[in-house]
Amino acid sequence: MTAIQTLGLTRRYGDTTVLDSLDLAVEPGTVHGLLGPNGAGKTTAVRILSTLLDPHGGSARVAGFDVVRQAGQVRRHLGLVGQHAAVDEILGGRDNLVMFGRLSHLGTRQARHRAQELLERFDLVDAADRPVSTYSGGMRRRLDLAAGLVLDPTVLLLDEPTTGLDPGGRREVWQSVRALVAGGTAVLLTTQYLEEVDQLASQVTVLDHGRVAAEGTPDALKASIGQDRLDVVVHDEADLPAAQSALRAVAGDAEIDLDGRRVTATVTDRVAALTHVVRTLDDAGIVVDDVILRRPTLDEVFLHLTGTTKEAA
Amino acid sequence: MTWALRDSWTVTLRDLGHWRRQPWDLLIGLAFPILLLLMFGYLLGGAIEVPGGYIEFLFPGMLAVTMAFGLESTMTAVSQDVQRGVTDRFRSLPMSRAAVLLGRATADMLATVVGLAVLLVAGLAVGWRVHEGLGSALAGVGLLLLLRFAFLWVGIYLGLLFRGQGGVMAVQILVWPFVFLSNAFVPISTMPGWLQTLSAWNPVTATVAATRDLFGNPTVAASGWASDNVVLLAVVWPIVLVTIFGTLAVRRWAHLGR
Repeated sequence: MTAIQTLGLTRRYGDTTVLDSLDLAVEPGTVHGLLGPNGAGKTTAVRILSTLLDPHGGSARVAGFDVVRQAGQVRRHLGLVGQHAAVDEILGGRDNLVMFGRLSHLGTRQARHRAQELLERFDLVDAADRPVSTYSGGMRRRLDLAAGLVLDPTVLLLDEPTTGLDPGGRREVWQSVRALVAGGTAVLLTTQYLEEVDQLASQVTVLDHGRVAAEGTPDALKASIGQDRLDVVVHDEADLPAAQSALRAVAGDAEIDLDGRRVTATVTDRVAALTHVVRTLDDAGIVVDDVILRRPTLDEVFLHLTGTTKEAA
Repeated sequence: MTWALRDSWTVTLRDLGHWRRQPWDLLIGLAFPILLLLMFGYLLGGAIEVPGGYIEFLFPGMLAVTMAFGLESTMTAVSQDVQRGVTDRFRSLPMSRAAVLLGRATADMLATVVGLAVLLVAGLAVGWRVHEGLGSALAGVGLLLLLRFAFLWVGIYLGLLFRGQGGVMAVQILVWPFVFLSNAFVPISTMPGWLQTLSAWNPVTATVAATRDLFGNPTVAASGWASDNVVLLAVVWPIVLVTIFGTLAVRRWAHLGR
Protein backbone atom coordinates (compact mmCIF):
# COMPACT_ATOMS: atom_id res chain seq x y z
CA MET A 1 0.00 0.00 0.00
CA THR A 2 1.23 3.48 -0.83
CA ALA A 3 2.06 5.29 2.42
CA ILE A 4 1.17 8.77 1.20
CA GLN A 5 -0.98 9.40 -1.83
CA THR A 6 -2.27 12.80 -2.86
CA LEU A 7 -4.33 13.70 -5.90
CA GLY A 8 -4.71 17.29 -7.03
CA LEU A 9 -4.15 18.56 -3.49
CA THR A 10 -4.89 22.27 -3.40
CA ARG A 11 -4.93 24.95 -0.71
CA ARG A 12 -5.55 28.68 -0.96
CA TYR A 13 -4.95 31.60 1.37
CA GLY A 14 -7.26 34.37 0.27
CA ASP A 15 -6.62 34.79 -3.44
CA THR A 16 -3.25 33.07 -3.42
CA THR A 17 -3.04 29.40 -4.28
CA VAL A 18 -0.22 28.19 -2.06
CA LEU A 19 -0.56 24.56 -3.10
CA ASP A 20 -1.74 23.85 -6.60
CA SER A 21 -2.79 20.33 -7.60
CA LEU A 22 -0.06 18.38 -5.86
CA ASP A 23 0.17 14.72 -6.87
CA LEU A 24 2.41 12.71 -4.63
CA ALA A 25 3.05 9.04 -3.99
CA VAL A 26 5.40 7.87 -1.26
CA GLU A 27 6.16 4.18 -0.84
CA PRO A 28 6.91 2.49 2.51
CA GLY A 29 10.58 2.29 3.38
CA THR A 30 11.55 5.29 1.28
CA VAL A 31 12.34 8.95 1.79
CA HIS A 32 10.56 11.34 -0.53
CA GLY A 33 12.10 14.79 -0.66
CA LEU A 34 9.90 17.86 -1.02
CA LEU A 35 12.21 20.58 -2.19
CA GLY A 36 11.57 24.24 -2.77
CA PRO A 37 12.28 27.78 -1.65
CA ASN A 38 10.35 29.46 1.19
CA GLY A 39 6.71 29.89 0.26
CA ALA A 40 6.79 27.06 -2.29
CA GLY A 41 4.03 25.21 -0.42
CA LYS A 42 6.10 22.55 1.36
CA THR A 43 4.86 23.28 4.87
CA THR A 44 1.29 23.65 3.64
CA ALA A 45 1.50 20.15 2.16
CA VAL A 46 2.84 18.75 5.44
CA ARG A 47 0.15 20.52 7.46
CA ILE A 48 -2.60 19.08 5.29
CA LEU A 49 -1.14 15.56 5.48
CA SER A 50 -0.90 15.82 9.27
CA THR A 51 -4.59 16.87 9.52
CA LEU A 52 -3.70 20.33 10.84
CA LEU A 53 -5.06 22.11 7.78
CA ASP A 54 -8.01 21.29 5.55
CA PRO A 55 -7.40 21.03 1.80
CA HIS A 56 -9.49 23.22 -0.48
CA GLY A 57 -9.32 20.76 -3.34
CA GLY A 58 -8.13 17.28 -4.19
CA SER A 59 -7.61 14.46 -1.74
CA ALA A 60 -4.89 12.93 0.37
CA ARG A 61 -4.52 9.53 1.99
CA VAL A 62 -2.01 8.73 4.69
CA ALA A 63 -1.48 5.06 5.57
CA GLY A 64 -4.59 4.40 3.51
CA PHE A 65 -6.84 6.82 5.41
CA ASP A 66 -8.37 10.02 4.11
CA VAL A 67 -6.92 13.04 5.90
CA VAL A 68 -10.29 14.80 6.11
CA ARG A 69 -12.86 12.05 6.63
CA GLN A 70 -10.63 9.70 8.66
CA ALA A 71 -8.43 12.24 10.42
CA GLY A 72 -8.47 10.23 13.66
CA GLN A 73 -7.10 7.12 11.92
CA VAL A 74 -4.48 9.21 10.13
CA ARG A 75 -3.26 10.61 13.47
CA ARG A 76 -2.88 7.06 14.78
CA HIS A 77 -0.43 6.18 12.00
CA LEU A 78 1.40 9.43 11.65
CA GLY A 79 4.45 11.05 13.19
CA LEU A 80 5.00 14.77 12.74
CA VAL A 81 8.21 16.67 13.27
CA GLY A 82 7.56 20.31 12.48
CA GLN A 83 9.88 23.25 12.08
CA HIS A 84 9.92 24.15 15.76
CA ALA A 85 10.98 21.76 18.45
CA ALA A 86 7.38 21.37 19.59
CA VAL A 87 7.99 20.12 23.10
CA ASP A 88 7.44 21.51 26.58
CA GLU A 89 10.49 23.54 27.57
CA ILE A 90 10.06 23.34 31.33
CA LEU A 91 9.53 19.61 31.58
CA GLY A 92 12.31 17.09 30.99
CA GLY A 93 12.61 14.94 27.89
CA ARG A 94 11.16 11.93 29.66
CA ASP A 95 8.10 13.77 30.98
CA ASN A 96 7.48 15.12 27.49
CA LEU A 97 7.61 11.67 25.90
CA VAL A 98 5.42 10.12 28.61
CA MET A 99 2.88 12.92 28.14
CA PHE A 100 2.78 12.43 24.37
CA GLY A 101 2.52 8.68 24.88
CA ARG A 102 -0.42 9.05 27.26
CA LEU A 103 -2.08 11.47 24.87
CA SER A 104 -1.57 8.88 22.14
CA HIS A 105 -3.55 6.52 24.41
CA LEU A 106 -0.73 4.10 25.11
CA GLY A 107 -1.64 3.90 28.78
CA THR A 108 0.68 5.20 31.48
CA ARG A 109 2.83 2.07 31.88
CA GLN A 110 3.27 1.54 28.17
CA ALA A 111 3.95 5.28 27.71
CA ARG A 112 6.75 5.14 30.30
CA HIS A 113 8.22 2.06 28.68
CA ARG A 114 8.12 3.66 25.24
CA ALA A 115 9.67 6.87 26.56
CA GLN A 116 12.62 4.91 27.98
CA GLU A 117 13.08 3.08 24.66
CA LEU A 118 13.12 6.31 22.70
CA LEU A 119 15.45 8.07 25.15
CA GLU A 120 17.91 5.20 24.73
CA ARG A 121 17.56 5.15 20.98
CA PHE A 122 18.18 8.89 20.65
CA ASP A 123 20.92 8.98 23.25
CA LEU A 124 19.01 11.24 25.63
CA VAL A 125 19.05 9.07 28.75
CA ASP A 126 21.54 11.26 30.61
CA ALA A 127 19.52 14.39 29.93
CA ALA A 128 16.12 12.71 30.35
CA ASP A 129 15.18 14.48 33.56
CA ARG A 130 16.71 17.87 32.84
CA PRO A 131 14.42 20.67 31.58
CA VAL A 132 14.37 20.78 27.79
CA SER A 133 15.33 24.46 27.97
CA THR A 134 18.86 23.30 28.89
CA TYR A 135 19.18 21.05 25.80
CA SER A 136 21.39 21.86 22.82
CA GLY A 137 19.81 22.41 19.41
CA GLY A 138 20.71 18.89 18.30
CA MET A 139 19.30 17.33 21.47
CA ARG A 140 16.02 19.22 21.05
CA ARG A 141 15.71 17.99 17.49
CA ARG A 142 16.37 14.44 18.61
CA LEU A 143 13.72 14.76 21.31
CA ASP A 144 11.34 16.24 18.77
CA LEU A 145 12.03 13.32 16.46
CA ALA A 146 11.49 10.90 19.36
CA ALA A 147 8.19 12.62 20.15
CA GLY A 148 7.12 12.07 16.56
CA LEU A 149 7.88 8.36 16.92
CA VAL A 150 5.97 7.62 20.12
CA LEU A 151 3.36 5.62 18.23
CA ASP A 152 5.89 3.91 15.96
CA PRO A 153 4.23 5.55 12.95
CA THR A 154 4.15 4.02 9.50
CA VAL A 155 4.39 7.50 8.00
CA LEU A 156 6.71 10.22 9.25
CA LEU A 157 6.46 13.83 8.12
CA LEU A 158 9.64 15.84 8.62
CA ASP A 159 9.31 19.55 7.97
CA GLU A 160 12.81 21.01 7.58
CA PRO A 161 14.16 18.82 10.38
CA THR A 162 17.74 20.10 10.18
CA THR A 163 17.14 23.84 9.79
CA GLY A 164 19.37 25.69 12.23
CA LEU A 165 21.43 22.63 13.16
CA ASP A 166 25.22 22.46 12.95
CA PRO A 167 26.75 19.79 10.67
CA GLY A 168 27.07 17.35 13.57
CA GLY A 169 23.42 17.74 14.53
CA ARG A 170 22.42 17.38 10.91
CA ARG A 171 24.30 14.09 10.57
CA GLU A 172 22.64 12.79 13.74
CA VAL A 173 19.21 13.48 12.28
CA TRP A 174 20.17 11.90 8.97
CA GLN A 175 21.35 8.74 10.72
CA SER A 176 18.08 8.47 12.63
CA VAL A 177 16.08 8.93 9.44
CA ARG A 178 18.09 6.24 7.62
CA ALA A 179 17.51 3.81 10.48
CA LEU A 180 13.76 4.47 10.43
CA VAL A 181 13.47 4.01 6.70
CA ALA A 182 15.43 0.75 6.92
CA GLY A 183 12.70 -0.37 9.32
CA GLY A 184 10.00 0.29 6.72
CA THR A 185 8.80 3.77 7.69
CA ALA A 186 7.78 6.06 4.86
CA VAL A 187 9.26 9.54 5.25
CA LEU A 188 8.20 12.76 3.59
CA LEU A 189 11.01 15.24 4.07
CA THR A 190 10.78 18.92 3.25
CA THR A 191 14.00 20.81 3.05
CA GLN A 192 15.76 23.76 1.55
CA TYR A 193 19.05 21.89 1.69
CA LEU A 194 19.70 20.18 -1.58
CA GLU A 195 22.45 18.14 -0.01
CA GLU A 196 19.90 16.68 2.38
CA VAL A 197 17.77 15.37 -0.45
CA ASP A 198 20.90 14.06 -2.14
CA GLN A 199 21.84 12.22 1.04
CA LEU A 200 18.49 10.75 1.99
CA ALA A 201 15.82 10.80 -0.67
CA SER A 202 15.17 8.24 -3.35
CA GLN A 203 12.46 10.41 -4.93
CA VAL A 204 12.24 14.19 -5.13
CA THR A 205 9.44 16.58 -5.89
CA VAL A 206 10.50 20.15 -6.57
CA LEU A 207 7.84 22.69 -5.64
CA ASP A 208 7.80 26.26 -6.84
CA HIS A 209 4.96 28.68 -6.05
CA GLY A 210 2.76 25.76 -5.03
CA ARG A 211 3.23 23.87 -8.26
CA VAL A 212 5.31 20.83 -9.06
CA ALA A 213 8.30 22.09 -11.03
CA ALA A 214 9.92 18.67 -11.43
CA GLU A 215 9.93 15.19 -9.96
CA GLY A 216 11.99 12.04 -10.14
CA THR A 217 15.06 10.51 -8.57
CA PRO A 218 17.85 12.92 -7.59
CA ASP A 219 19.99 11.41 -10.36
CA ALA A 220 17.25 11.75 -12.94
CA LEU A 221 16.70 15.36 -11.96
CA LYS A 222 20.37 16.09 -12.39
CA ALA A 223 20.36 14.31 -15.73
CA SER A 224 17.27 16.22 -16.84
CA ILE A 225 19.17 19.44 -17.14
CA GLY A 226 21.60 17.40 -18.83
CA GLN A 227 24.99 17.77 -19.37
CA ASP A 228 28.06 17.60 -17.31
CA ARG A 229 29.82 20.63 -15.99
CA LEU A 230 33.43 21.53 -16.66
CA ASP A 231 35.03 23.75 -13.99
CA VAL A 232 38.37 25.47 -14.49
CA VAL A 233 40.00 27.21 -11.54
CA VAL A 234 42.75 29.58 -12.65
CA HIS A 235 45.68 30.55 -10.48
CA ASP A 236 45.64 34.22 -11.44
CA GLU A 237 42.41 36.18 -11.56
CA ALA A 238 43.69 38.09 -14.62
CA ASP A 239 43.49 34.87 -16.64
CA LEU A 240 39.73 34.46 -16.09
CA PRO A 241 38.69 36.08 -19.42
CA ALA A 242 41.12 33.85 -21.34
CA ALA A 243 39.86 30.76 -19.56
CA GLN A 244 36.31 31.84 -20.27
CA SER A 245 36.94 32.11 -24.02
CA ALA A 246 38.66 28.71 -24.01
CA LEU A 247 35.52 27.20 -22.48
CA ARG A 248 33.27 29.13 -24.84
CA ALA A 249 34.93 27.35 -27.72
CA VAL A 250 33.58 24.00 -26.47
CA ALA A 251 30.36 25.14 -24.79
CA GLY A 252 27.80 27.78 -25.56
CA ASP A 253 28.07 29.72 -22.35
CA ALA A 254 30.65 29.93 -19.64
CA GLU A 255 29.93 31.50 -16.26
CA ILE A 256 32.62 33.18 -14.24
CA ASP A 257 32.59 32.77 -10.51
CA LEU A 258 34.95 35.58 -9.55
CA ASP A 259 35.05 34.71 -5.91
CA GLY A 260 36.60 31.33 -6.49
CA ARG A 261 38.55 32.20 -9.66
CA ARG A 262 36.36 29.62 -11.29
CA VAL A 263 34.82 29.33 -14.74
CA THR A 264 32.03 26.81 -15.25
CA ALA A 265 30.59 25.63 -18.56
CA THR A 266 28.01 23.08 -19.61
CA VAL A 267 29.56 20.55 -21.94
CA THR A 268 28.16 17.76 -24.08
CA ASP A 269 31.09 15.74 -25.35
CA ARG A 270 32.85 15.60 -22.04
CA VAL A 271 36.25 14.06 -22.89
CA ALA A 272 36.73 16.05 -26.11
CA ALA A 273 35.82 19.23 -24.30
CA LEU A 274 38.21 18.50 -21.47
CA THR A 275 41.09 17.73 -23.84
CA HIS A 276 40.43 20.85 -25.89
CA VAL A 277 40.24 23.17 -22.91
CA VAL A 278 43.37 21.83 -21.24
CA ARG A 279 45.33 22.11 -24.52
CA THR A 280 44.14 25.68 -25.19
CA LEU A 281 44.97 26.85 -21.67
CA ASP A 282 48.36 25.18 -21.81
CA ASP A 283 49.17 26.77 -25.18
CA ALA A 284 48.22 30.18 -23.80
CA GLY A 285 50.51 29.61 -20.82
CA ILE A 286 47.72 29.98 -18.27
CA VAL A 287 48.46 28.39 -14.89
CA VAL A 288 45.52 26.30 -13.74
CA ASP A 289 44.90 25.24 -10.13
CA ASP A 290 42.16 22.74 -10.90
CA VAL A 291 40.12 21.27 -13.71
CA ILE A 292 36.97 19.36 -12.74
CA LEU A 293 34.55 17.39 -14.86
CA ARG A 294 31.37 16.67 -12.90
CA ARG A 295 27.59 16.13 -12.81
CA PRO A 296 25.46 19.20 -12.12
CA THR A 297 24.75 19.79 -8.42
CA LEU A 298 21.17 19.86 -7.18
CA ASP A 299 21.70 23.57 -6.62
CA GLU A 300 22.16 23.99 -10.32
CA VAL A 301 19.12 21.81 -11.01
CA PHE A 302 17.15 23.96 -8.61
CA LEU A 303 18.27 27.18 -10.24
CA HIS A 304 17.43 25.77 -13.62
CA LEU A 305 13.94 24.64 -12.56
CA THR A 306 12.76 27.52 -10.46
CA GLY A 307 14.82 30.41 -11.73
CA THR A 308 15.79 31.08 -8.15
CA THR A 309 18.46 29.93 -5.77
CA LYS A 310 17.98 28.85 -2.23
CA GLU A 311 19.86 31.92 -1.07
CA ALA A 312 17.79 34.29 -3.18
CA ALA A 313 14.62 32.78 -1.77
CA MET B 1 -16.02 10.92 26.88
CA THR B 2 -13.68 9.02 29.19
CA TRP B 3 -10.78 9.72 26.84
CA ALA B 4 -11.71 13.41 26.84
CA LEU B 5 -11.44 13.43 30.65
CA ARG B 6 -8.26 11.33 30.79
CA ASP B 7 -6.57 13.44 28.11
CA SER B 8 -7.64 16.64 29.86
CA TRP B 9 -6.08 15.35 33.06
CA THR B 10 -2.85 14.51 31.20
CA VAL B 11 -2.74 18.06 29.85
CA THR B 12 -3.43 19.36 33.37
CA LEU B 13 -0.59 17.21 34.73
CA ARG B 14 1.74 19.03 32.37
CA ASP B 15 1.06 22.26 34.27
CA LEU B 16 1.35 20.52 37.61
CA GLY B 17 4.76 19.34 36.37
CA HIS B 18 5.65 22.99 35.81
CA TRP B 19 4.76 23.77 39.43
CA ARG B 20 6.97 20.95 40.63
CA ARG B 21 9.91 22.13 38.54
CA GLN B 22 9.46 25.85 38.98
CA PRO B 23 7.50 26.37 42.20
CA TRP B 24 8.75 29.96 42.39
CA ASP B 25 6.73 30.77 39.25
CA LEU B 26 3.54 30.28 41.26
CA LEU B 27 4.92 32.45 44.06
CA ILE B 28 6.04 35.20 41.68
CA GLY B 29 2.50 35.22 40.29
CA LEU B 30 1.24 35.84 43.84
CA ALA B 31 3.83 38.51 44.57
CA PHE B 32 2.01 40.90 42.28
CA PRO B 33 -1.39 40.94 44.04
CA ILE B 34 0.34 41.01 47.43
CA LEU B 35 2.33 44.02 46.25
CA LEU B 36 -0.91 45.68 45.11
CA LEU B 37 -2.40 44.98 48.54
CA LEU B 38 0.56 46.50 50.36
CA MET B 39 0.91 49.49 48.00
CA PHE B 40 -2.72 50.44 48.08
CA GLY B 41 -3.25 49.38 51.68
CA TYR B 42 -0.33 51.24 53.22
CA LEU B 43 0.94 53.80 50.68
CA LEU B 44 -2.15 55.15 48.95
CA GLY B 45 -4.84 53.91 51.30
CA GLY B 46 -4.18 56.54 53.94
CA ALA B 47 -5.59 59.15 51.59
CA ILE B 48 -8.71 57.13 50.81
CA GLU B 49 -11.50 57.57 53.34
CA VAL B 50 -13.78 54.56 53.61
CA PRO B 51 -16.02 53.86 56.58
CA GLY B 52 -14.91 50.60 58.21
CA GLY B 53 -11.26 50.88 57.20
CA TYR B 54 -9.53 50.84 53.82
CA ILE B 55 -7.79 47.45 54.12
CA GLU B 56 -11.12 45.68 54.62
CA PHE B 57 -12.57 47.65 51.71
CA LEU B 58 -9.56 46.99 49.49
CA PHE B 59 -9.01 43.28 50.06
CA PRO B 60 -12.05 41.85 48.20
CA GLY B 61 -11.28 44.34 45.41
CA MET B 62 -7.72 43.09 45.18
CA LEU B 63 -8.92 39.48 45.02
CA ALA B 64 -11.33 40.21 42.16
CA VAL B 65 -8.66 42.19 40.28
CA THR B 66 -6.32 39.19 40.64
CA MET B 67 -9.02 37.01 39.11
CA ALA B 68 -9.37 39.40 36.18
CA PHE B 69 -5.59 39.60 35.66
CA GLY B 70 -5.65 35.79 35.40
CA LEU B 71 -6.72 36.25 31.82
CA GLU B 72 -3.15 37.31 31.05
CA SER B 73 -1.54 34.11 32.28
CA THR B 74 -4.10 31.99 30.45
CA MET B 75 -3.67 33.99 27.26
CA THR B 76 0.14 33.86 27.42
CA ALA B 77 0.17 30.09 27.99
CA VAL B 78 -2.22 29.44 25.09
CA SER B 79 -0.45 31.81 22.72
CA GLN B 80 3.00 30.39 23.54
CA ASP B 81 1.84 26.85 22.81
CA VAL B 82 0.49 27.98 19.45
CA GLN B 83 3.68 29.85 18.57
CA ARG B 84 6.03 27.06 19.66
CA GLY B 85 4.18 24.39 17.72
CA VAL B 86 3.06 22.51 20.85
CA THR B 87 -0.56 23.09 19.86
CA ASP B 88 0.16 21.59 16.44
CA ARG B 89 1.76 18.59 18.10
CA PHE B 90 -1.37 18.08 20.25
CA ARG B 91 -3.62 18.48 17.22
CA SER B 92 -1.65 15.86 15.29
CA LEU B 93 -2.02 13.27 18.10
CA PRO B 94 -4.94 10.85 18.29
CA MET B 95 -6.07 12.55 21.51
CA SER B 96 -9.36 14.18 22.40
CA ARG B 97 -9.50 17.60 20.77
CA ALA B 98 -11.44 19.19 23.62
CA ALA B 99 -8.81 18.02 26.12
CA VAL B 100 -6.29 20.70 25.16
CA LEU B 101 -8.68 23.48 26.19
CA LEU B 102 -10.24 21.59 29.11
CA GLY B 103 -6.80 20.72 30.47
CA ARG B 104 -5.73 24.35 30.25
CA ALA B 105 -8.91 25.42 32.06
CA THR B 106 -8.47 22.81 34.81
CA ALA B 107 -4.80 23.67 35.37
CA ASP B 108 -5.52 27.39 35.57
CA MET B 109 -8.43 26.89 37.96
CA LEU B 110 -6.30 24.67 40.23
CA ALA B 111 -3.58 27.33 40.24
CA THR B 112 -6.22 29.91 41.11
CA VAL B 113 -7.55 27.89 44.04
CA VAL B 114 -4.04 27.50 45.47
CA GLY B 115 -3.24 31.17 44.85
CA LEU B 116 -6.50 32.34 46.38
CA ALA B 117 -5.82 30.31 49.54
CA VAL B 118 -2.40 31.96 49.93
CA LEU B 119 -3.89 35.42 49.33
CA LEU B 120 -6.60 34.86 51.94
CA VAL B 121 -3.90 34.05 54.49
CA ALA B 122 -2.02 37.19 53.43
CA GLY B 123 -5.24 39.17 53.89
CA LEU B 124 -5.71 37.82 57.40
CA ALA B 125 -2.12 38.82 58.13
CA VAL B 126 -2.77 42.47 57.24
CA GLY B 127 -5.95 42.65 59.31
CA TRP B 128 -8.68 41.68 56.89
CA ARG B 129 -11.49 39.61 58.47
CA VAL B 130 -14.65 37.81 57.43
CA HIS B 131 -17.64 39.11 59.37
CA GLU B 132 -20.38 36.86 58.03
CA GLY B 133 -20.71 33.09 58.40
CA LEU B 134 -18.53 30.46 56.74
CA GLY B 135 -21.19 29.67 54.13
CA SER B 136 -21.38 33.27 53.11
CA ALA B 137 -17.59 33.53 52.90
CA LEU B 138 -17.45 30.39 50.73
CA ALA B 139 -20.09 31.89 48.48
CA GLY B 140 -17.83 34.95 48.10
CA VAL B 141 -14.89 32.72 47.18
CA GLY B 142 -17.19 30.93 44.72
CA LEU B 143 -18.03 34.22 43.00
CA LEU B 144 -14.32 35.04 42.73
CA LEU B 145 -13.59 31.65 41.13
CA LEU B 146 -16.52 32.16 38.79
CA LEU B 147 -15.03 35.46 37.65
CA ARG B 148 -11.65 33.78 37.08
CA PHE B 149 -13.37 31.06 35.07
CA ALA B 150 -15.04 33.67 32.90
CA PHE B 151 -11.79 35.54 32.20
CA LEU B 152 -10.09 32.22 31.57
CA TRP B 153 -12.20 31.79 28.44
CA VAL B 154 -11.50 35.35 27.38
CA GLY B 155 -7.81 34.46 27.76
CA ILE B 156 -8.09 31.22 25.76
CA TYR B 157 -9.89 33.02 22.94
CA LEU B 158 -7.41 35.90 22.80
CA GLY B 159 -4.47 33.49 23.04
CA LEU B 160 -5.76 31.59 20.01
CA LEU B 161 -6.50 34.85 18.21
CA PHE B 162 -3.13 36.58 18.57
CA ARG B 163 -0.23 34.87 16.84
CA GLY B 164 2.43 37.46 17.68
CA GLN B 165 3.71 39.08 20.85
CA GLY B 166 2.16 42.44 19.86
CA GLY B 167 -1.43 41.40 20.49
CA VAL B 168 -0.57 39.77 23.80
CA MET B 169 1.18 42.94 24.98
CA ALA B 170 -1.71 45.14 23.89
CA VAL B 171 -4.10 43.05 25.98
CA GLN B 172 -1.72 43.15 28.94
CA ILE B 173 -1.83 46.95 28.82
CA LEU B 174 -5.58 47.23 28.23
CA VAL B 175 -6.38 45.04 31.23
CA TRP B 176 -5.18 47.86 33.50
CA PRO B 177 -7.73 50.56 32.69
CA PHE B 178 -10.35 47.82 32.59
CA VAL B 179 -9.79 46.68 36.18
CA PHE B 180 -9.20 50.18 37.52
CA LEU B 181 -12.49 51.29 36.02
CA SER B 182 -14.25 49.52 38.86
CA ASN B 183 -14.94 49.82 42.55
CA ALA B 184 -11.95 47.63 43.45
CA PHE B 185 -9.68 50.38 44.77
CA VAL B 186 -11.91 53.39 45.30
CA PRO B 187 -15.67 53.89 45.78
CA ILE B 188 -17.38 54.55 42.45
CA SER B 189 -19.03 57.63 43.92
CA THR B 190 -15.67 59.44 43.80
CA MET B 191 -15.54 59.18 39.98
CA PRO B 192 -16.94 61.61 37.39
CA GLY B 193 -20.56 60.86 36.48
CA TRP B 194 -20.12 59.05 33.15
CA LEU B 195 -17.29 56.92 34.52
CA GLN B 196 -19.56 55.96 37.41
CA THR B 197 -22.02 54.41 34.95
CA LEU B 198 -19.27 52.50 33.11
CA SER B 199 -17.75 51.31 36.37
CA ALA B 200 -21.09 50.25 37.82
CA TRP B 201 -21.58 47.89 34.87
CA ASN B 202 -18.03 46.51 34.91
CA PRO B 203 -18.14 42.75 35.68
CA VAL B 204 -15.27 43.28 38.13
CA THR B 205 -17.38 45.81 40.06
CA ALA B 206 -20.26 43.37 40.45
CA THR B 207 -18.00 40.62 41.84
CA VAL B 208 -16.18 43.06 44.16
CA ALA B 209 -19.39 44.50 45.58
CA ALA B 210 -21.02 41.09 45.99
CA THR B 211 -17.90 39.65 47.62
CA ARG B 212 -17.72 42.59 50.05
CA ASP B 213 -21.33 41.91 50.99
CA LEU B 214 -20.73 38.19 51.48
CA PHE B 215 -17.53 38.72 53.49
CA GLY B 216 -19.21 41.44 55.55
CA ASN B 217 -16.57 43.96 54.50
CA PRO B 218 -17.42 47.67 54.19
CA THR B 219 -19.19 48.79 51.06
CA VAL B 220 -19.88 52.29 49.86
CA ALA B 221 -23.44 52.55 48.68
CA ALA B 222 -23.92 53.54 45.05
CA SER B 223 -27.20 54.19 43.29
CA GLY B 224 -28.58 52.64 40.11
CA TRP B 225 -29.96 49.27 39.09
CA ALA B 226 -26.52 47.71 38.59
CA SER B 227 -25.46 48.71 42.10
CA ASP B 228 -28.69 47.39 43.62
CA ASN B 229 -28.29 43.96 42.02
CA VAL B 230 -24.61 43.18 42.49
CA VAL B 231 -25.02 39.53 43.48
CA LEU B 232 -27.23 38.87 40.49
CA LEU B 233 -24.74 40.62 38.20
CA ALA B 234 -21.80 38.81 39.81
CA VAL B 235 -23.41 35.56 38.68
CA VAL B 236 -24.89 36.68 35.36
CA TRP B 237 -21.84 38.57 34.06
CA PRO B 238 -19.46 35.57 34.23
CA ILE B 239 -22.09 33.31 32.69
CA VAL B 240 -22.50 35.78 29.82
CA LEU B 241 -18.73 36.02 29.36
CA VAL B 242 -18.28 32.24 29.41
CA THR B 243 -21.09 31.82 26.91
CA ILE B 244 -19.67 34.40 24.50
CA PHE B 245 -15.95 33.76 24.81
CA GLY B 246 -16.26 30.02 25.43
CA THR B 247 -18.21 29.74 22.17
CA LEU B 248 -15.74 31.95 20.32
CA ALA B 249 -12.77 29.99 21.71
CA VAL B 250 -14.22 26.58 20.91
CA ARG B 251 -15.19 27.73 17.44
CA ARG B 252 -11.76 29.18 16.79
CA TRP B 253 -10.17 25.98 18.10
CA ALA B 254 -12.33 23.77 15.91
CA HIS B 255 -11.59 25.92 12.87
CA LEU B 256 -7.84 26.26 13.26
CA GLY B 257 -7.47 24.08 10.15
CA ARG B 258 -9.78 26.14 7.98
